[in-house]
Amino acid sequence: MKNLIERLHIKYSLTDIVNQRDNFVYLTIRKENAIDLVTYLKDYEGFSHFVLLSCVDWIEDGKFQLSYFLNQPNKKFDIAIRTMIDRENAEMQSSHHLWKHIETYQRELREMYGINFPKNPRIEENFILEGWDEIPPMRREFDTKRYSEKTFFPREGRKTYDPATYMKDKLYPNAPITAKVNKKDE
Amino acid sequence: MTNDKLNKNQIEDVSKFFAPENKKKNVETPDGQIIEVNPLSDYFSEARPKVHEPNSSKVVETFLNWARAESLWVLGFGTGCGSIEIPPLLTPRFDAFRFGVQMRPTPRQSNVIIISGYLAVKTLKRVIRSYEQMQNPKYVLALGSCTINGGMYFDSYNTINRLDKYIPVDVYVAGCMPRPEALLAGFMKLKELIKAGKAENANKYVENFDEYKANQKKIIKDWNMPDYNW
Amino acid sequence: MSNLFNWNPDRSKYPLMKEDGSLDVDLSSQKFTKLWVGPNHPGVTGNMAVEITVSGDEIVHAKTHVGYLHRGFEKLIERRLFIQGFPTCIRMCVAEPDYNEYLLSKSIEDLSGIEIPEMAEWLRTLVLEMARLQSLLRTVPGQGGTFSLGLGVQWGMYLRDLILDRFEELTGGRIYHMYILPGGVRGLLPDGFKERLEENLQLIDEFIIKIKKLMFDNAVFKKRAIGVGVIKKEWVDQFGIVGPNARSVGISRDIRKDYSYLKYQELDFEPPTATDGDIFARSTVRYRELIQTVDLIRQIMAKMPEKGDIKSPTPNVLHWKIPKGETYTRSESSRGEYGMYYVTDGSDKPRRINLRGPSYNHAMTLLEHMLVNANISDVHAIMVSLQTCPPEIER
Repeated sequence: MKNLIERLHIKYSLTDIVNQRDNFVYLTIRKENAIDLVTYLKDYEGFSHFVLLSCVDWIEDGKFQLSYFLNQPNKKFDIAIRTMIDRENAEMQSSHHLWKHIETYQRELREMYGINFPKNPRIEENFILEGWDEIPPMRREFDTKRYSEKTFFPREGRKTYDPATYMKDKLYPNAPITAKVNKKDE
Repeated sequence: MTNDKLNKNQIEDVSKFFAPENKKKNVETPDGQIIEVNPLSDYFSEARPKVHEPNSSKVVETFLNWARAESLWVLGFGTGCGSIEIPPLLTPRFDAFRFGVQMRPTPRQSNVIIISGYLAVKTLKRVIRSYEQMQNPKYVLALGSCTINGGMYFDSYNTINRLDKYIPVDVYVAGCMPRPEALLAGFMKLKELIKAGKAENANKYVENFDEYKANQKKIIKDWNMPDYNW
Repeated sequence: MSNLFNWNPDRSKYPLMKEDGSLDVDLSSQKFTKLWVGPNHPGVTGNMAVEITVSGDEIVHAKTHVGYLHRGFEKLIERRLFIQGFPTCIRMCVAEPDYNEYLLSKSIEDLSGIEIPEMAEWLRTLVLEMARLQSLLRTVPGQGGTFSLGLGVQWGMYLRDLILDRFEELTGGRIYHMYILPGGVRGLLPDGFKERLEENLQLIDEFIIKIKKLMFDNAVFKKRAIGVGVIKKEWVDQFGIVGPNARSVGISRDIRKDYSYLKYQELDFEPPTATDGDIFARSTVRYRELIQTVDLIRQIMAKMPEKGDIKSPTPNVLHWKIPKGETYTRSESSRGEYGMYYVTDGSDKPRRINLRGPSYNHAMTLLEHMLVNANISDVHAIMVSLQTCPPEIER
């Protein structure tokens, strides 16, 4: 499989290769080539099982990370293809023609992150939420606690503690206030 | 052709003698359309829900309450993860049939609704609809901590925190998740309340109808159903 | 006369596809009716709905609606420490919560480089197999339940309760256990646990013989199940079918065998397969899996050591910062590949958790595809035979 990764590196000029396990590699690639690489792996290298399409919000960099997980069932090998797209007007080439269930993953990402996949025929359909008029909820700037307090009716009497200070008060009430945290623990 | 005309004229003539509430009229549907309704043939009602009055004779009312308490028919609607404890409840180990508890498939046949756990906003809409379709007298049994104050999901954007703001609750069963024994104890408590004539929360819903509706409409953004007239 | 018994629908009367591929369904023509199966319906698996358009009693179009159980776990963990997110996240799927526990622990161990002791691995294997057993005791007779064969469900539920009693003895909880923790497990087996479990397994052996007579030798069950809801072999990759549903068409993929985890390489088993791909094949695969699971539990109990270390030392969980990284871990639940994508950013809270539930593909695209041309009375049978579990679709 090292052979394959080297070939892919030459062909698609991958920006990063991380070996997670013996049979699991992360490849990072530019946005334009990502679907080409997925198609190539499916058609020529036998990566016939599409496992997962997921998104990670890196709000500090202003990027969304899309991860395509592909599996080669015969050689028992996994490749995860990561690509970064802009957070503003997020848009990605649709890949619903490759596997049927990608359509659903893309509907979910559209609803939860606001990423658009043009040409996906069912992209506008509601998936989970109904009548949602806020920003997409899985974006990191959306504060779920504040929204919950504003919208629903919290029952009085719920107390929230910071677990670290609460445990310290309960277990070691006489300890000095600025307890030294062991370096090993960090 | 002439025959048709004649018939039509005759029907129009007859309708002159109808009582005013039985005449054809135009009404506005929840989604904004104006439709014509014939009260004699169409199922349509604009009536608000009514208070379920107890029988004037105390002996009859006690008898009726006993009968209601001994035949709790539950709507088979598993709204959350608590619904996994309902099948054990109905099978030989716990056997809720002993207590007159059985599941019914439609809201029209049932008089207890079990809210089994957390309620997503999308489900709340269906629960309200099912609850309003149920016949009086009707009772609500709320299962799990999530219906009391949100439980684990108190900060989630999609689950409600307090159920009693949206539909009236008769008995809470706390726990995450409550055991079938706890559920049986909840049913026993509900029976006690019914026999004592205290499980009248469905009337509370009627009396504070506008308040409940305002709470419901606050979180259900696309309200496209009628308010009560099922 | 032979046409009377030919139930294959004649679709030539209804040209349903337009030239651009969209459906030509005119509801006002009175040829079609739109029906909702669920969410308030005793037959659906969990809280989900299928919107079907029928012509007569055959389905011409189906659409799955989910979202009735959405709690937003993946958002909630952004506000919680690793250990705080743990009891929240195991509630993602109620049928077998232990797989959530295992995947979360395994991801954290992967990212922070913790090795767990051998005894903990054995106990984890035992708990996961018990979880599979209680799930199968619900679904194997449940398939008969969709054809109004309620007796098997009554038997299965009682036996499942006995397994839940063992769970209660071991962990303290009936449904949600929180037994598997990052770094190991919470406790050793109580005294006499193996004997009591063996007693229950003997009852299940009896049940296995009885359920065969009740379901698989039953003429009504065979008539309803054979040839209905067929999965074709080429769909397996197209639709991402995994687990028993894939094995029922002869594709032997099992995470326990292929990507062996925990102690599965020391156990002797072969994943059962069938060839037909219909409801009957899927329920026989599940039935044989039930037999195999009982066997696996016996093997585990015979091979596992009596005592040992059960937990590796972990840092103080309240100050635990896991280095930046991402990992994908997988396990084989009773429904198929159950995976978790776990991303950390070096802080004390996880960045992203994404659960890959097998029902995500089975209940959405595959079910929508399979229901077209099916009879309206087979909707629940197909749904249950795919073993769809809505909470893992929407999380």
